[in-house]
Amino acid sequence: MTDATITTRGEVPYRGGGFTHRPMRLVSLGVFLALLLVWEAGSRTGIISELVLPAPSEVGSAFYDLWRSGNLWLHLSASLARVASGWVLGTILGIAVGFAIGLFSVVRAGAAPLVAAIFPIPKIALLPLFIIWFGIGEGSKVGLILFGTFFPTVIATYGGIDNVDRTLIRMGQSFGLSRWEIARKILFPGALPAILSGMRITAAIAIILIVAAELIAAQKGIGAFIQMAGSLFATDQLVAGVLVLSALGLSVNGLINLAEKYLLKWRA
Amino acid sequence: MELKVDALTHRYDDLTVLEGIDLDVRAGQILCIVGPSGCGKSTLLRMLGGLERPSEGRVLQFGEPPAGSLNPLTFIFQDFALLPWRTVAGNVALPLESHLASASERERIVADVLERTRLSDFRNAYPRQISGGMKQRVAIARALAVRPAIFLMDEPLSALDAQTKDLLMEDLVDLWLRERFTAVYVTHNLDEAVRLGHRIAILSRQPGRVRTIIEVPGELDKRTPDGAELSQIRGELWRQIHDEAREADRQLMK
Repeated sequence: MTDATITTRGEVPYRGGGFTHRPMRLVSLGVFLALLLVWEAGSRTGIISELVLPAPSEVGSAFYDLWRSGNLWLHLSASLARVASGWVLGTILGIAVGFAIGLFSVVRAGAAPLVAAIFPIPKIALLPLFIIWFGIGEGSKVGLILFGTFFPTVIATYGGIDNVDRTLIRMGQSFGLSRWEIARKILFPGALPAILSGMRITAAIAIILIVAAELIAAQKGIGAFIQMAGSLFATDQLVAGVLVLSALGLSVNGLINLAEKYLLKWRA
Repeated sequence: MELKVDALTHRYDDLTVLEGIDLDVRAGQILCIVGPSGCGKSTLLRMLGGLERPSEGRVLQFGEPPAGSLNPLTFIFQDFALLPWRTVAGNVALPLESHLASASERERIVADVLERTRLSDFRNAYPRQISGGMKQRVAIARALAVRPAIFLMDEPLSALDAQTKDLLMEDLVDLWLRERFTAVYVTHNLDEAVRLGHRIAILSRQPGRVRTIIEVPGELDKRTPDGAELSQIRGELWRQIHDEAREADRQLMK
């Protein structure tokens, strides 16, 4: 190798790298601001008709009015109350049934096909039926969200239990842990990552369902507010309502990120 | 406490995996079970520990487990079987929680076994933070915590690299010299068998039968990896197992 008669042909060319990402926060911020600026400029020059899309500044002032008048809280609290009660109930029931399916063959044989059959129905199609059953008030909306979040939770839960490492269960048995202890100390923590990702999905489903239900039949709620704004051609208020929904979705996602960070800190 | 395997046969549907196994597990000794892969040695171990039921025959228990034994038949698994969401101390405490009501008593035992396995500094670490060898030491600490009468070790060193394996083998030898525990040690590694076994049972390829049982002379601490006598036994083992291993290698998976 050190033979002097062999001349160097230069360094070995580098051909690795690429295909990995590095954080570029300024780019995200820049794109966001540029979009707002183009939009605002378009509205001011009249290229974008006010009826089609209001200027960001008008959306901002509509949002400020909504905030000032206390209407924001009125509508938001109505929506949040429905989402929270329906989602919490649906999640608790879903985890319970998912656990039963994960643990008992009888329940699995009985319930799993039923869940699989009902899961793909777009739940909003059931709203008319729910209104007949539970009335036009809160019952039908909470029921709809409960129903819509229940099935994905069941599927996520028993999927998570099925994926718990079988050697951990065998370990529990080999140390004489009871069935209940194995469920509580091995299966539940093992299924928790799957349950939390299920929650991420059901939270989004709950927001979609509540807005849809409120668009159809409600006096209060973000969906109702958007519906009213639309029928009055008040596009600035309409877009402000949509932005509230975006903020709602982001906050829920943030909360679930926090929960994952705390509950799943044992993961890398 | 001792165990006796009596005419044990096991089938999955019409595939016989173990046939006519007779075996004694003697107190204060390590019995190694070696054999080619797929000979049913891990299945046999699970039957010894009551995790699986044989199709025919039985596993008999002789004598009482020592006083204070919380879990007489205790496994040590190849892949450690630690709960990733519990710390080292939490994993060791797991089996104690179902046997001991007193938290201070549990804490005393956890501290004691962590000390004995030199893990005290790692008690608050999660499994993902520690090396493979360390994980298996945690599993050994967990097993020690319940004071087993018999350890059932299922290839406990097979998931570790060669150096870690040697270190842990020394740990096991030290542990045996101190505690004189009874163990059944399943492995496919002949070096581990001649180093740790008082007796070595060789299983044949499917269906698994006991081919021979070899007594290994000499105390565990007198055995060196390169000793002439041990390499002679190792050679003998290899001759016995060689053809079976070759055949097993050529077999299609079920």
